[in-house]
Amino acid sequence: MYRYDEFDARLVRERVAQFRDQVARRLDGSLSEDEFKPLRLKNGVYLQLHAYMLRIAVPYGTLSSRQLRQLALIGEKYDRGYGHFTTRTNMQFNWPRLRDVPEILDLLADVEMHCIQTSGNCIRNVTADHFAGIAADEIEDPRPTAELIRQWSSLHPEFDYLPRKFKIAVTGAEHDRAVVRAHDIGLRILRNAKGEIGYEVMVGGGLGRTPMIAKTIRSFLPKADLLAYLEAVLRVYNLEGRRDNKYKARVKIMVHEIGAEEFARRVEAEFARLDGPAIAADPEEVARIAAYFASPAYETLPARASGFEAAKAENRAFATWASVNLFTHKVPGYAAAVISLKGIGDAPGDITSAQMRVVADLAETYSLDELRITHAQNIVLPYVKKDDLFVVSQTLVEVGLATANAGLITDIIACPGLDYCSLATARSIPIAQALAHRFADEKRQLEIGELNIKISGCINACGHHHVGHIGILGLEKSGQESYQITLGGDATETAAIGEILGPGVPADDVPDAIERIVSVYLAQRTSGETFIEAVRRLGLAPFKAAFLEKTHAPA
Amino acid sequence: MSTAKRPPLPVILLANDLLDGEVVFWTGTHWSPEPKDARIAHDDASATALEGAAAKALSANVVVDAYLVDITTDANGHGVPNHYREKIKTEGPSVRRDLGKQAGLYNIVRSGT
Repeated sequence: MYRYDEFDARLVRERVAQFRDQVARRLDGSLSEDEFKPLRLKNGVYLQLHAYMLRIAVPYGTLSSRQLRQLALIGEKYDRGYGHFTTRTNMQFNWPRLRDVPEILDLLADVEMHCIQTSGNCIRNVTADHFAGIAADEIEDPRPTAELIRQWSSLHPEFDYLPRKFKIAVTGAEHDRAVVRAHDIGLRILRNAKGEIGYEVMVGGGLGRTPMIAKTIRSFLPKADLLAYLEAVLRVYNLEGRRDNKYKARVKIMVHEIGAEEFARRVEAEFARLDGPAIAADPEEVARIAAYFASPAYETLPARASGFEAAKAENRAFATWASVNLFTHKVPGYAAAVISLKGIGDAPGDITSAQMRVVADLAETYSLDELRITHAQNIVLPYVKKDDLFVVSQTLVEVGLATANAGLITDIIACPGLDYCSLATARSIPIAQALAHRFADEKRQLEIGELNIKISGCINACGHHHVGHIGILGLEKSGQESYQITLGGDATETAAIGEILGPGVPADDVPDAIERIVSVYLAQRTSGETFIEAVRRLGLAPFKAAFLEKTHAPA
Repeated sequence: MSTAKRPPLPVILLANDLLDGEVVFWTGTHWSPEPKDARIAHDDASATALEGAAAKALSANVVVDAYLVDITTDANGHGVPNHYREKIKTEGPSVRRDLGKQAGLYNIVRSGT
């Protein structure tokens, strides 16, 4: 994985020193809250319901064991012994004290991490496919591109004060696991007819109060043109994006208002004006970055691992975990293991410091010292030899991290919601917990198969509810929490926004409502048909009817 | 203090401590981390006094995000927020009863003005 060079290291240290000074000036009253707020946000410090919150960037979701151990230490020393992984693959601490934040930032800098641009109206942490470098359907590892963008966008003076926040995601595979079409810019690495590698550039996606699926504005962009083209997109947006209305300030609104074609025309005009070669990164630098993501030295192993097969035959729980939580590795004899942070009754994405240390040790011993954070709030051990998987899973069992539910109905995405977040209009975590309990039966989960439930505690949609097969949005209705259910969302290359099924329901009624929706699927599916395929075939009507059955029934 | 409309009486004044972020309550003389210490304003004059205390504390950089919260008094005479949002803010995360004020955990030790 990428290691800081002297410039990266200096930039991060200088930023820590600068923020230390800003905090000191806030505390001595030289800076008012209005003056300080944009500064703290640029360093990932929010004020939440109960305390400050610190959001730490995990660039493209990649972490080393050392980094995860440092997060464990910070959680223990400066927080309440746990952290929370978000849908943007960042880590959030819920209880830091403002006066401790400079010290925490120094600890992060020690392990080449930072909180720069994890909030504010700037280019945020760049995300990527969590199976980068290991997926068989990959054309190229997206992480060198993501790292290049991270370096280009970090403290970029022109784009430090955008109309609104700006999120970029990159995938290098056919199948989109990075939700690229729900980002301000989505990049998909592809090959053209000549066999050259480049990017499909999608712009104007986003969830929030006005959900939009990104439109392709360039079907093939040569690799060398990437930064100049991004600069053109950002410049057009920065100059013309709306600053008069926060709710209309995202680039998706501009793309929607003027149309993708006109937006593309303006970008191309700006791109033609720019001195592309001067903006493009030095090929030597590009090669230096790419070298960090070169394929590791894999061992030559048989595709059929006898120890792994024997362990599955002997241990049913392991066999289930292996059938659900493993991802096929492009190299024979290896697998990527998904560590579910969705134990039944747990808060999705939460992990204790003790668990972090165990996972860090596993990654160090069995996964080439590397792990990935997924947008679905889970962890991946990307390079595990199949014959090591049993030992890995047994260790995970001991710390409550061996839940076999990756991609199943209880692998629920949920934002922190009103239990922590000051923007939330309702709680998310208790809904996720209630649903996990309702569908906890392993056999039943497997029978239902792949089904993504995504929950947001407000219209800002951090929980990606719009692109959940079933989406749940927590709102306030007459002083009570009320949950709006959507159906048919899709976070992949066939991205779609879910449609609302009917009026909101109270928290207690959510599990029954989901149960009724799932029952329609189970009753009407054809052989091998997944939930989302059935929704597409059947349309909304039968699900809506089942959903409304209870909602409209007399009390 | 925000210029938002004053909530219905009775009200208390809460905020987050500047240094620690902890939720704190105006007692009439100082900020306390304990919800039960909150001074309850039953009439307009008392509510105006709370607003004055908020403005003073904000400009003195003692607290942030100070605002009035409408409450109902419980059997002990303590103010309990009417809205679920402020209830959670006052107690701690509903999914972690071991954390926040409900667990007797306080971020701050001092409580001066």
